Amino acid sequence: MINGNTALTIDNVRLNSHTDLDALRQKIIDSHDPDQPEVLVCHGTGCIANGSKEVIAAFKKICADSDIDVKVMPGIKATGCQGLCSKGPLLRINPQGLFYQQVKPADVEEIIQKTIIENEPVERLLYKDPKTGEAIHTEEEIPFYNLQERIILKNIGKIDPTDIHDKIAAGGYQALAKALTTMSPEEVVAEVTNSGVRGRGGAGFPTGRKWQGALKAVEKKGGPVYVVVNGDEGDPGAFMDCAIMEGDPHAVLEGLILGAYALGAHKGYLYIRAEYPLAVKHLEMAMEQARAHGLLGDNILNSGFSFDAQINRGAGAFVCGESTALFTSIEGKAGTPRPKYVRSVEEGLWGNPTVLNNVETWANIPLIIEKGADWYSKIGVPKSTGTKVFCLVGKVNNVGLVEVPMGSPITKIVDEIGGGIPSGKPFKAVQTGGPSGGCIPNELKNTPMDFDSLTEAGAMMGSGAMIVMDEHDCVVDVGRYFLRFLEEESCGKCIPCRLGLTKMREILDNFSSGKGSEQDIEDLESLAKAIQDGALCALGTSAPNPCLTTIKFFKEEYLAHVNDQKCPAGVCKDLITYSIDPDACTGCRSCARQCPQDCISGKKKEVHIIDEQNCIRCGICMDTCKFNAVLVS
Amino acid sequence: MIKFNINDTEVEVEPGCTVLEAARQYGFDIPTLCHHEAVAPSGACRLCMVELKEGDWSKLVASCIYPVAEGINIYTETERIQNVRKWLFEMLLAKCPASTEIKEMASKYGVNVTRFPVENPDEECMLCGLCTRVCEEIVGLSAISLVDRGVYKKVGSPFAQPTDICVACGCCVTICPTGAMRSRIEAVRRTPAVTLTPLAL
Repeated sequence: MINGNTALTIDNVRLNSHTDLDALRQKIIDSHDPDQPEVLVCHGTGCIANGSKEVIAAFKKICADSDIDVKVMPGIKATGCQGLCSKGPLLRINPQGLFYQQVKPADVEEIIQKTIIENEPVERLLYKDPKTGEAIHTEEEIPFYNLQERIILKNIGKIDPTDIHDKIAAGGYQALAKALTTMSPEEVVAEVTNSGVRGRGGAGFPTGRKWQGALKAVEKKGGPVYVVVNGDEGDPGAFMDCAIMEGDPHAVLEGLILGAYALGAHKGYLYIRAEYPLAVKHLEMAMEQARAHGLLGDNILNSGFSFDAQINRGAGAFVCGESTALFTSIEGKAGTPRPKYVRSVEEGLWGNPTVLNNVETWANIPLIIEKGADWYSKIGVPKSTGTKVFCLVGKVNNVGLVEVPMGSPITKIVDEIGGGIPSGKPFKAVQTGGPSGGCIPNELKNTPMDFDSLTEAGAMMGSGAMIVMDEHDCVVDVGRYFLRFLEEESCGKCIPCRLGLTKMREILDNFSSGKGSEQDIEDLESLAKAIQDGALCALGTSAPNPCLTTIKFFKEEYLAHVNDQKCPAGVCKDLITYSIDPDACTGCRSCARQCPQDCISGKKKEVHIIDEQNCIRCGICMDTCKFNAVLVS
Repeated sequence: MIKFNINDTEVEVEPGCTVLEAARQYGFDIPTLCHHEAVAPSGACRLCMVELKEGDWSKLVASCIYPVAEGINIYTETERIQNVRKWLFEMLLAKCPASTEIKEMASKYGVNVTRFPVENPDEECMLCGLCTRVCEEIVGLSAISLVDRGVYKKVGSPFAQPTDICVACGCCVTICPTGAMRSRIEAVRRTPAVTLTPLAL
């Protein structure tokens, strides 16, 4: 963390009581001048890919080289994901609370001069209302943000995830201190149970019930009992856990320690997918800093309770997100699931009682303990309490991280917060739950996003990825995509999954080339049922879901493929042709130059023609043409 | 003793039994391919699935691993079970066309043809894993293992090289339900310095 002012150095002193924690918190707050300017630049993975690291570097350099008055020298903080990913790189300027979007390194000089020194906004970097074009100054006024209820995401984008003092100032570890000093382990379990919180990894199993199951197992057969974080977020389109681990690692850690206290565990594991190196780094730093402060390790806060944890990285297998496969992976073996006739809470790691919860579930625990089950259970709907963090991606205007109370209707998330789809038309479908989930059509846009309503609709909440689709997305192609994904990721142990998914995908491949018949659709449904019934683990049993929901809600599109050899969305390559509209073509030769097949002919200033025989339907001509002259039919 | 019901008939077995063991004790027919009394059950082939009903609710479980419990209701021939078996056999007939054992078992359950294309007409291995389990559990060598993931899974030796770890005991060949191991063994074991007598093979 770079501080422009001469910040008070706060020692890494071990905290030995709740009072110590409060005193440190106050000290940190007192050392911070609220009038001192501060630039919070988003350092989430999405914005990094968009160049936010260079923006931070520009700030560093210009501030260091210039002779800004020390009173206005801004502190520069790299934060976790600030949420509105489609408008990144994002940054926030305090104390005004200005929200800037799409910031480039070239803008930094102006920001420093105009905003930091002259206290004026840089108009072109402000968020603009998509309908009125009006500029909006602060995050709190932007509908994308103020329609949400950001309680899990509260600190992400505001604190420096690599500095525990930022989190302590924001209230970190208050819940842990409260539990260790005023609550018994049984009371912690009771609070979690009464809150009604359900697992956020996708299955939605009541967390309190899971913990009680583990306690019963320990009673029956003895310990040790382990607590594990499932950080193997593998669903395509999901990055909620990524943002939480990168942006507020202490939330996960504090939740884990609370769980360990409740369950009598002294060792924990954080299984993080190797593809999240920033999450691994930030959690490693968080654990180191927590240990230095006596918040992790031996005799936490002098309470007599000891608990420590280690990070185990994944190695690229989606199936290792499944609990029993995750355990075999931690044990050093290849990740292979086993049937869960004996639950993991009874026999998990090395045959011992083990509680595995998702990252977001763990992040909910400190809130429940600090504010109470009563408060928590009033958020959301009775059978699905609390909030849920969603990743709104795909054909939607406001792509990013969204947190809303459970039970919020899909249309609120996609149309209001998400700002609808770019073309302005109604969305075609929303895919929820990743490869295990289903597609919900626009007619059901009022379906509440809670566990039971979605299961009733034939879909699944899943981990939180919401992929929005428009009329240019082909449901047959979407079904193929998820099946191909799962074919690669299947562990291969059982026949229904190893052989069955390939067979399903081959049938869909046929549909995509216009082959196949209505009988094949029936056979596909029957085979899907066999896989749902017969597969060994949830990867297999839920694999047919995307395909089955699309058949249920978009049967006409399947029939168009098999009966009419047409792809209404214009996606399936064998069923579409690219042509050039003679009225729009200006003969500029741009498309012909880009065509990888060299199959566009035509002299300069003359209408061009695509040779359909050689065209591979790659779509490059369409992307290149500035006159919208390329048509797909 | 534990009392429960299979196909509405009451059965009674020792605790610790699996549903498959109980069923076979009482003569109920449940097909299996990856099961063998000599090694631990795996639950991989899914042919042994049975339906466990409780009122309106039911679930399918692999009988070779499912532990018997007091009062449960097990059914072996329901519509869901028959659907699973039908598709499993069709996929197996396409995957392992050269195996007569699979053809016979499939025929017994009414599946004689498969709509799926045959990739390798000589294939016999159905990846039941019995060979790897006997080598690990009984022989104690783990000279072979199930390597790679998903559709690429196969039986192989360390680093895909013939290995000295294999002592050519022949257990894997014996336990293999389809005879697939017979043709694979040459790829696994290194040619020994001493010529083995015909008895060893």
